[in-house]
Amino acid sequence: MSALLLPLADFTAPKIEYNELAPLLVVFGAACVGVLVEAFLPRPLRHLVQLAITVVAVVVSGVLTGILMNDNKELIAAQGAISVDGPALFTWLILLALTLISVLLFAERSIDGGLSAFAGQAAAVPGSEAEREGTAARIEHTEIFPLTLFAVGGMMLFAASNDLLVLFVALEVFSLPLYLLCGLARRRRLISQEAAMKYFLLGAFSSAFLLFGIALLYGYAGTMSLGGISDSLSTQTGGDTILLAGTGLLGVGLLFKVGAVPFHSWTPDVYQGAPTPVTGFMAACTKIAAFVGLMRVFYVALGGTRWDWAPMMWIVAILTMVVGSIVAITQTDVKRMLAYSSIAHAGFLLTAFVGLAQVGSGVHNGITSTQAVLFYLVAYGFPTIGAFAVVTLVRDAGGEATHLSRWAGLGKKSPLLAGIFAFFLLSFAGIPLTAGFTGKWAVFSAAWTGGAWPLVVVAVLSSLVAAFFYVRVIVLMFFSDLPADAPDVALPGWQTTSAVALGLAATVVLGLVPGPVLDLAARAGEFIR
Amino acid sequence: MNIGWLTLLLLLPFVGAIATMLVPKAKGLLAKQIALGFSLVTLVLTAIVAIGYHRNGAEDYAETYTWIKAFGAHYALGLDGVSVVLLVLTALLSPVVIIASWNDAQNGRWSEKSFFAWILGLEALSIGVFAATDVFLFYVLFEATLIPMYFLIGGFGGPQRSYAAVKFLLYSLLGGLLMLASVVGLYVVSAKQGTPSYLLSDMMKLDMSQNTERWLFLGFMFAFAVKAPMVPFHTWLPDAAGEATPGTSVLLVGILDKIGTFGMIRYCLGLFPNASQWATPVVLVLALISVLYGALLAIGQTDIKRLIAYTSISHFGFIVMGIFALTSQGLTGSTLYMFNHGLSTAALFLVAGYLVHRRGSARIADYGGVEKVAPVLAGTFLFAGLSSLALPGLSPFISEFMVLAGTFSRHRAIAVIAVVGIVLAALYILLMYQRTMTGPVRDGIGKLKDLNPRELLAIAPLVILIIGLGIYPKPIVDIIKPAVEATMQHVGVTDPAPEIPATEGQK
Repeated sequence: MSALLLPLADFTAPKIEYNELAPLLVVFGAACVGVLVEAFLPRPLRHLVQLAITVVAVVVSGVLTGILMNDNKELIAAQGAISVDGPALFTWLILLALTLISVLLFAERSIDGGLSAFAGQAAAVPGSEAEREGTAARIEHTEIFPLTLFAVGGMMLFAASNDLLVLFVALEVFSLPLYLLCGLARRRRLISQEAAMKYFLLGAFSSAFLLFGIALLYGYAGTMSLGGISDSLSTQTGGDTILLAGTGLLGVGLLFKVGAVPFHSWTPDVYQGAPTPVTGFMAACTKIAAFVGLMRVFYVALGGTRWDWAPMMWIVAILTMVVGSIVAITQTDVKRMLAYSSIAHAGFLLTAFVGLAQVGSGVHNGITSTQAVLFYLVAYGFPTIGAFAVVTLVRDAGGEATHLSRWAGLGKKSPLLAGIFAFFLLSFAGIPLTAGFTGKWAVFSAAWTGGAWPLVVVAVLSSLVAAFFYVRVIVLMFFSDLPADAPDVALPGWQTTSAVALGLAATVVLGLVPGPVLDLAARAGEFIR
Repeated sequence: MNIGWLTLLLLLPFVGAIATMLVPKAKGLLAKQIALGFSLVTLVLTAIVAIGYHRNGAEDYAETYTWIKAFGAHYALGLDGVSVVLLVLTALLSPVVIIASWNDAQNGRWSEKSFFAWILGLEALSIGVFAATDVFLFYVLFEATLIPMYFLIGGFGGPQRSYAAVKFLLYSLLGGLLMLASVVGLYVVSAKQGTPSYLLSDMMKLDMSQNTERWLFLGFMFAFAVKAPMVPFHTWLPDAAGEATPGTSVLLVGILDKIGTFGMIRYCLGLFPNASQWATPVVLVLALISVLYGALLAIGQTDIKRLIAYTSISHFGFIVMGIFALTSQGLTGSTLYMFNHGLSTAALFLVAGYLVHRRGSARIADYGGVEKVAPVLAGTFLFAGLSSLALPGLSPFISEFMVLAGTFSRHRAIAVIAVVGIVLAALYILLMYQRTMTGPVRDGIGKLKDLNPRELLAIAPLVILIIGLGIYPKPIVDIIKPAVEATMQHVGVTDPAPEIPATEGQK
């Protein structure tokens, strides 16, 4: 007997803080339930049940996150793997809120004659008889809901991972469902599949970089935990080459997900090809998760070598802003234009990131980088999903009419829709009294506080270039004549309507009274280790 | 008693704009009446505030509430002599423009009511800009004024209006965004010295190193120079004013551009006194170039509206010169000039608009002999022109004289050369009058109708004020003077002592 018990006595069960990790567990649990639903429930019921499960899971997870935030409990959970700190909780909350809106868009079925934006049968060859039959039979992939939940869960884990290995696992958990979702468009399926393929190949490529970077950092520090790497920076002597190489490779992997230049080339293709609701979801949520992950790794683990990586990040920030806004001018497709705009926004975010305004580095009264970035992500996420939701509504016989020339005179046809879209664009351009302006102000202040004022100057000049192409769309919508074959504006169902309304409301509120959200971001404090 | 007068002033036109938009499309007349009503009530309220300010001082009108705590931004409104004058100008020009543009928006891109709603929206934001005593609030409103103006130009005007609107917007945004960089910089300076606060009164106490102050000054000054507009950042104005409706041009040149010169006094001199003094030589030279170059280009114009736009560039040169001469006479003159220029240019643009509207062309060559056919129109045109060239006896003369005298006492050469601007002004106005109004009656002019009562009604208050203030400018100078003295003291300059001291007898 005792021989049998002995090994058990040596084994100590890992301590898992179930309460603190509940938001994550709810999302992942619901995703698994969603998979079971696919297996066991009859087809007609699935859509409703999946939608209900997803919405409930997201809401419950959000409430649990809110409770955790209120308790103000910060700890490193799961044996040092996950850090449930202020920024992580704040990120979870925005991710969940934006997911809720995206899921509404996923569930929209009244725009395209009772069909969703997703392919009925992804396995059917585009244009084939099987596809037509599937469409006629109203077959749908309700798997998109559990896939979305997995993606969100992965993003939440990514933003909170306190260990490079967990970081990598989380990256794959949220990337794989996204690759799939990208290829599921109902219309223009070939472009969609191409987008998925490109995203997958390039994503895998960047994952390899990330993994290699992790390996090198492990070789340097002998540990995967962010805190451990940080400690070894001060104790370790020698091995700088391996450290720098690891930092660089890790940076490539993370900047790829952020969509920073020169690792941005996937963004326009993928944004254009993916089903528009998915594009909105990716543009908002992936960027959020990736950015918080980037900050966590570089601030917590590599904060000690900031003078080594900061110059590189300066260059990346400048390139991202300049290339993002200049190339956007030449775009003729709404979704591609928004893709380049999201690249430019990544650049603005990077200014705050390299500003390094942290409490630890002597910033006492002003705004900190973490606070500014968290706020900007909120101020960017809501109008982004709103804008893509508007894109789903402008349609002609071939589906969404995304070519910019097709948007001419939209202001005449549907002043309300065009007005809302113009407002989102003004927010992206950073015109005062919109969320975008407050966000820009916050990141620029953080950048300048940390001494990066040249970046601020580059940023305002890029904002001007960016404003040009946003305004061009407004000019097109309001100042051009309506062509005879103008696309129709679909009558949205309650799902899209509420998604647009929520995006609009958030953009207005964050522009007029950003105080509460800013305070919340300030309360999130710094990353803990 | 403080009951939030300024907030009321700001909200009233805004509510009017919404009310105007809510009127059904079929009832265009009702929408215009509502818009006019709101602008008139705003005018009355502004008059009450101005009189109250004259009697009791600024304390009754200050409002301060925290807006965004993390940024140190406040919703803070207040008055000083300069802002009162510009508030009155704004409140006055809005109803004038609404009456004068009564039928101008019928052929616009959008419904007629939206034109008047945008005017009221612009009025609300401009009032906010002039009353703001918080740098952040000022910046936000400053940028926000671009949106109504953009739609006013782009929606209602000539064939090139889209181009003109975008050019206007991009120029303004370039200035505005560089100013944003400076605004952010101010925050950083403020945060380093304690709790960040954007209140003007707190910001004026900041310690800045010489370099910081100069860089931040440049950001602000650039934005204001684009706005004012000064050579070489002026090219957007002729396009915008040439394409926009006359009413829009009045708002653009009369109110919106004043934000530039107003900003120079309140923000450049107020926040960066040392840097302002440092930049004086360059700014004065640029102002001088604006005076002369604007006038020369005006002489060469073949389009009436563009001509008037160039005269404004010349006039703004005078205003900037008076500000940066840094003498009490110059500053007072400049502030007065802002007001008078608003009146005279409004009159000129509106009468020119009446003319263009009748003939359907803005080319000077298409006119001739109008005074025989429409004497009242020609007469008001001449009057507006004479006030624009600063004829003694009309109000612009006093301000122009004060600016030149104020500049002369410190920068003789510049003032002497600037006097040439007066001669050129006579040239461009009289040549334009001669070509369009005198001589034989041209084809297409013969059936020109004279001014109707509505058009006269719009011009009348301007004419009365131009004459009245030309004879007796004291009330308005009394309001301006304390503010100017406070500014001078803050900048740390005094008027140069006269070479021949005043004796008892001369006093």
